[in-house]
Amino acid sequence: MIVYCLCFVLFLTGLYGVLTRRNLVKIAISLSLMECSLFLFLALIGYTEGGIAPIVDPADPVKNYVDPLPQALVLTAIVIGLATTAMLMAVIIRLYRKYGTFDIREIKELRG
Amino acid sequence: MNPLIPLFVMIPLAGAFLIMITGRFAVWFGRYLTTLILTVLAAFSIFSLAVTGENTAVYKVGGWEPLNGIPIGIHMVMDGFSVIVLCIINIVGVLAALYSIPYIKRYTSENYYYSLFCLMIGGMNGVVLSGDIFNIFVFLEVSAISSYALVAFGVEKNELEASFKYQVLGALASFLILLGIALIYWKTKTLNIADIREVFSTGYDRTYYLFVQILLLGGFGLKAAMIPFHAWLPDAHSSAPSPISAMLSGVFIKAVGIYVIIRLFFNMFIVTENISILITVMGTLSMAVGVFLAIGQWDIKRLLAYHSISQMGYVILSTGIGMILIARGKSPEIAALAIAGGLFHLVNHAAFKGLLFFNAGAIEYSTGTRDLQEMGGLAGSMPATHATSFIASMSISGIPPFNGFFSKLIIIIAAIMAGFYLLAALAVVVSIITLASFLKFQRYAFYNKPENKDDKKNKEVPLPMVFSMVIMGILCILLSLLAFPGIRETILEPAINILTDPLKYSSLITGS
Repeated sequence: MIVYCLCFVLFLTGLYGVLTRRNLVKIAISLSLMECSLFLFLALIGYTEGGIAPIVDPADPVKNYVDPLPQALVLTAIVIGLATTAMLMAVIIRLYRKYGTFDIREIKELRG
Repeated sequence: MNPLIPLFVMIPLAGAFLIMITGRFAVWFGRYLTTLILTVLAAFSIFSLAVTGENTAVYKVGGWEPLNGIPIGIHMVMDGFSVIVLCIINIVGVLAALYSIPYIKRYTSENYYYSLFCLMIGGMNGVVLSGDIFNIFVFLEVSAISSYALVAFGVEKNELEASFKYQVLGALASFLILLGIALIYWKTKTLNIADIREVFSTGYDRTYYLFVQILLLGGFGLKAAMIPFHAWLPDAHSSAPSPISAMLSGVFIKAVGIYVIIRLFFNMFIVTENISILITVMGTLSMAVGVFLAIGQWDIKRLLAYHSISQMGYVILSTGIGMILIARGKSPEIAALAIAGGLFHLVNHAAFKGLLFFNAGAIEYSTGTRDLQEMGGLAGSMPATHATSFIASMSISGIPPFNGFFSKLIIIIAAIMAGFYLLAALAVVVSIITLASFLKFQRYAFYNKPENKDDKKNKEVPLPMVFSMVIMGILCILLSLLAFPGIRETILEPAINILTDPLKYSSLITGS
């Protein structure tokens, strides 16, 4: 149980970073941290104590296998996360070129 | 019927890929291919609407048949509800693609625009057709990432700032959704919506799933910009190019926000009273606060974006009332009426809000400003824009011959019949404030001529843009026919039956 709680703590750490940091790059890093905590959580869901890789042995089909589906989900989610992070960094680089700063307090054209 | 389902996702994704490859050699290729793809998809979706009715079609990706009644592999499901949203996506999509042809010429790298546009359509079609919660997440991200890029398409200060805000909040929403999906999988060991429902009917841990429901409501509520989570919407929708604003406001928040909320909370979770009250409260807040935020705006697109929040509030409020009645287990016909009002308003909102954003884009195209105080006297120089925007403004504020009146009337009648008199009164008041706000838009944009300005330099926009606006205007009038018996039974009734009968959806798919 402690591992799941640590995962949630990591998630909240990332959320704290997103809410309090003023630097655009640090916000992006905090988002990646939250993402990683979710990947860990998904991988943990499929794990069973003493489980082996899910390659079915015809001689003995009822072994203790780990659940392979969450692993597939994690792989998909990692690819999506890569795309999200790349997009976010591209926009941050463009913002830096326009404003000359990473400080979120200086970037406030849109109000109301 | 079955072979059409995967084409809704495959064709736009393949189109996006082709446009990126050929865009280097032939810049014109993208704009015609996109229009062609969307026309084909719109025809397919209308055909599907005609044939689906009460039958639910399931496409099993890879041909994996269920094993012992448990679905394995990915299911794509087309039923009465998803086919309506599919029609909205592809019909507004084809009009937005046509509208883009002259509009987008002022930006560079046209082929990137069309490629992202196709990706967004493919992602939304995927969300709507998916019968599997993780697949919903994947397609949601496909459409969300392309919409982040499209919001930032102008790469000026405003666009980039709006896109950054949108991306941070969108990423948070995705994480909440993924956490919710992981928690559901942990308990039920399945991802198929129908199968999860079967597992829930054998045993349902209310406190555990209340947490999951709140996570999912937060995630999809952020995508749908319901009121505590609305901060990104006015920035993102007003900074995007106008056809994309029309897509985002008219289609995107419905397909990835409202549609998924309704689908999951009616067909997957067991409807409980506390979550339905929470949804109704969020809807009421969106409806009331959105319109008050809109009333002080002078930027046309910002004004329209805040009205999107308010109008989506009507949809959420109405389906929330339906959920409360279902949870209490009494008067199912009033619940069906409330849900019908919500769905009808969902369809209508796509028509009039898409049209209003097209009008805003046309005004910006012609005058070069979005500030209501700087324009005026356009009624003479832009007759088509003026006429269509008048139709749309009257529709959104609920004036009788137009579609918005009928859906708001159904919502208000349902609220009164269900005994929520205060909500009905609030809906009427919000509608009147909406009317005031749109009279301001009409007056400042089209009449109220400033003195030293010659109207010779403002011309009517090019033909494809006028064509899109006129078709949308005709749709605004024609859609009011959905309220009448005969047409309502064939189109809205199957969707309502799927939603109100708690076990129908899952039994149609798993076959038990």
